[in-house]
Amino acid sequence: MTQLALVIDLNVCVGCHACVTSCKEWNTSGSAGPLCDENPFGADPTGTFFNRVQTFEIGQYPNSETLHFPKSCLHCEDPPCVPVCPTGASYKRKEDGIVLVDYDKCIGCKYCTWACPYGAREIDEKEKVMKKCTLCVDRIYDQSLAEIDRKPSCVKACPTSARLFGDIHDPESEISQAIREEGGYPLMPEWGTHPANHYLPRRKTKLKIHMDELERADNPLKVDGQLPKPAKGAPSMDDASAW
Amino acid sequence: MKPAFSVIFLTTLLGAGQGLFLALFTHQSYALFGLLPMQSDAFYGYGSVIALLLLGGGLIASFFHLGRPERAWRAASQWRTSWLSREVIALPVFMGMIFVYGVSHLSGFRPEVVTLPSGMLIDLSVVIGYIGTFLAFVLFICTGMVYACLRFLREWYSPLTVINYILMGGSSGFILAAFYAALAAPSQTYFFVGWALIITLLAFVGRIASLIRNARLKPKSTMQTAIGVKHPHIVQRSMGSMGGSFNTREFFHGKSPAFLRTIKPAFLLLAFVVPLLMLAMGTFSPSLLGLVFVLQYIGLLAERWFFFAQANHPQNLYYQTIG
Repeated sequence: MTQLALVIDLNVCVGCHACVTSCKEWNTSGSAGPLCDENPFGADPTGTFFNRVQTFEIGQYPNSETLHFPKSCLHCEDPPCVPVCPTGASYKRKEDGIVLVDYDKCIGCKYCTWACPYGAREIDEKEKVMKKCTLCVDRIYDQSLAEIDRKPSCVKACPTSARLFGDIHDPESEISQAIREEGGYPLMPEWGTHPANHYLPRRKTKLKIHMDELERADNPLKVDGQLPKPAKGAPSMDDASAW
Repeated sequence: MKPAFSVIFLTTLLGAGQGLFLALFTHQSYALFGLLPMQSDAFYGYGSVIALLLLGGGLIASFFHLGRPERAWRAASQWRTSWLSREVIALPVFMGMIFVYGVSHLSGFRPEVVTLPSGMLIDLSVVIGYIGTFLAFVLFICTGMVYACLRFLREWYSPLTVINYILMGGSSGFILAAFYAALAAPSQTYFFVGWALIITLLAFVGRIASLIRNARLKPKSTMQTAIGVKHPHIVQRSMGSMGGSFNTREFFHGKSPAFLRTIKPAFLLLAFVVPLLMLAMGTFSPSLLGLVFVLQYIGLLAERWFFFAQANHPQNLYYQTIG
């Protein structure tokens, strides 16, 4: 069993939206047709995207920090959007676990979006079919690309390597190790959808210093018995005084 | 959720059509057992025509909900897993059965199917009527389950959703049947009004119960589970787009809380209280019953609008601030 997925490291995402534009560029140029935009240069521009970067403020000023949060289809292992589809246009591939929409079968009833708690699907307002992240299925298997390029477009674009791609069912894969060792977590676990995509939390490395570590102490365990303790600032000598 | 007018008309028209057919065949069943005088074939036949028109109207309304209506036939394929697909199958089968029922009455083609030991004659229209009754409930269950099966929309994820679809459709249909009877068979009006009173009262109780249930719901998903950060103060600063998206259009009703607070008592009055009071007055003139049906139908449209608007989708957590 293979379950391809993304792992997104919120610790290094800087919110540059490079993954958003790269995703849009790749997926609007493919054989499946464009991702339509409406009023792209008007007052109220809107369009179809597979991937969005959102920004949250955690805490209250002045003790607050900014979290940039890329969000796309999570390719759930138990996808609630698939069984509700009346036409079978929505399906999960057995061979690699990617959840896809067959644009030729979709009737645009939007029922699958009601069944997705993450808001990962968007209707294409011109083609009138449901669209969503394909994990760049038209790219990752393309033998005409160099092997290093057989990755989703967003992963290739990320300047900070915040996006990792691989098989979460392979315990030795880079992303399985990242989930295991860096505290990877799924979104909204309460619904039992088992998202394949995981997120790595913000991680801060803090140095803890205790007071006694601030003073130099020779022979701190006093194994050689008590030595005289000259006043602080007075001259001291190894083996002749306590410090 | 954003209430789609196609779905509001679909569900209310279907409810009225199913209810009307159930009312007609309830009468025929009573008459079969000699509890009521059997009415002419025309009464049941033209009643079925009205039911078919309502169901047809609902079917047409449903197409306006689709982005690619020319592919609608594909929606019948996933009946194993999808309640929407099951509804898509149940509706035309039910309509076909009413058609046969109506034709059987209007053409007088009612061959004997079986004679019970008691000497009771069961003809074709009775057999079709029972199958139609079964299908009416199948369709009610499918329509209700389309909403009740979505576990994320907790306002809908309840048996009350299915029960209320049955009761409100029944109420609407029996009131319409009373109006129809007042015109076509005045002596039978009291029978339909009696049942309409009972079903409307039950529907009122069911809808109040679901309102109470929904008022007590606590959201399962929070900002904390949505982005996986443990902190009591999380505020969205940007949803990732400036001009809105499908996610901001489909899942928010876009009306003020004051509007929501106004429409709730309005639909409770129009769909339940006013019809109950007007039916209980005891004067069954066609114009009065027609007015009751129209007023209640407006109330049911408002009820369905509220039903959608009240459902709060967890995806809304991700789409709170344009910035």
